[in-house]
Amino acid sequence: MEVPILKQGHYLIASIQSALTDADLSQLREALIERVGRFRARGVIVDVTALDVMDSFAVRTLRDIAHMARLRGAETVIVGIQPEVAFAMVQLGLTLKGVSTALDLEEGLAFLNVQTQVRIDRGPGRLDRG
Amino acid sequence: MADDLLIPITADVDVVTARQRGRDLAAEAGFSSGDQTVIAAAISEIARNILMYAKRGEIALSLVANGDRQGVVVVARDQGPGIRDVPRAMQDGYSTSGGLGLGLPGARRLMDDFDVTSDAGKGTTVTMKKWRRMNA
Repeated sequence: MEVPILKQGHYLIASIQSALTDADLSQLREALIERVGRFRARGVIVDVTALDVMDSFAVRTLRDIAHMARLRGAETVIVGIQPEVAFAMVQLGLTLKGVSTALDLEEGLAFLNVQTQVRIDRGPGRLDRG
Repeated sequence: MADDLLIPITADVDVVTARQRGRDLAAEAGFSSGDQTVIAAAISEIARNILMYAKRGEIALSLVANGDRQGVVVVARDQGPGIRDVPRAMQDGYSTSGGLGLGLPGARRLMDDFDVTSDAGKGTTVTMKKWRRMNA
């Protein structure tokens, strides 16, 4: 089942609608990384509200998405991890270290607005400021 | 008690089916939604191990009663290469597949009872249980 990816301004929003197989997750990773370039996205939001379980493969794939997107110049934030899912993840030893998270889509957008504003302020102009 | 549910594991979609069936069974038996998630996550890890190491196998799900406790029993069987060093495979971060090495130790932390038997060249059976108190 393919995950729809919406483009909103400088951001890409991937909204997971149902349980995903490993192949679906890998496909989502490829699609997002490709679209970061195609749409010159500054931020990526992956909404996992609908996921009722996250195992080691899902967490590893989300981490890979965040790291690969950063290498392509976009910040990623994972939103919507449910309380039971968070509990099971911690028990499993899965922490998403180094990956930004936010409570929901609204908080995720606010987070990206701050993050990408910092980047724009520091922008490429820094090189010839002197 | 309900009959055993048997789910063949031969593709990644079966991993999703197994954990959903496990969640449904736990829900029927009255486990909390937190415990349902924990059981589903443990099944997901164990089912993926079957695919990764043995290519095919099966997961059997059942309910048991023991005094005032009710349990979900998950048995994962395969005829794969077996685990050469079970104690080592139970350590966090040990993996021969390039994975995170959290499958077995992670699943053990999620469940109450956990047992692995493995014969090199013959296969592996993982039996794990989650219990809940049945009170009136």
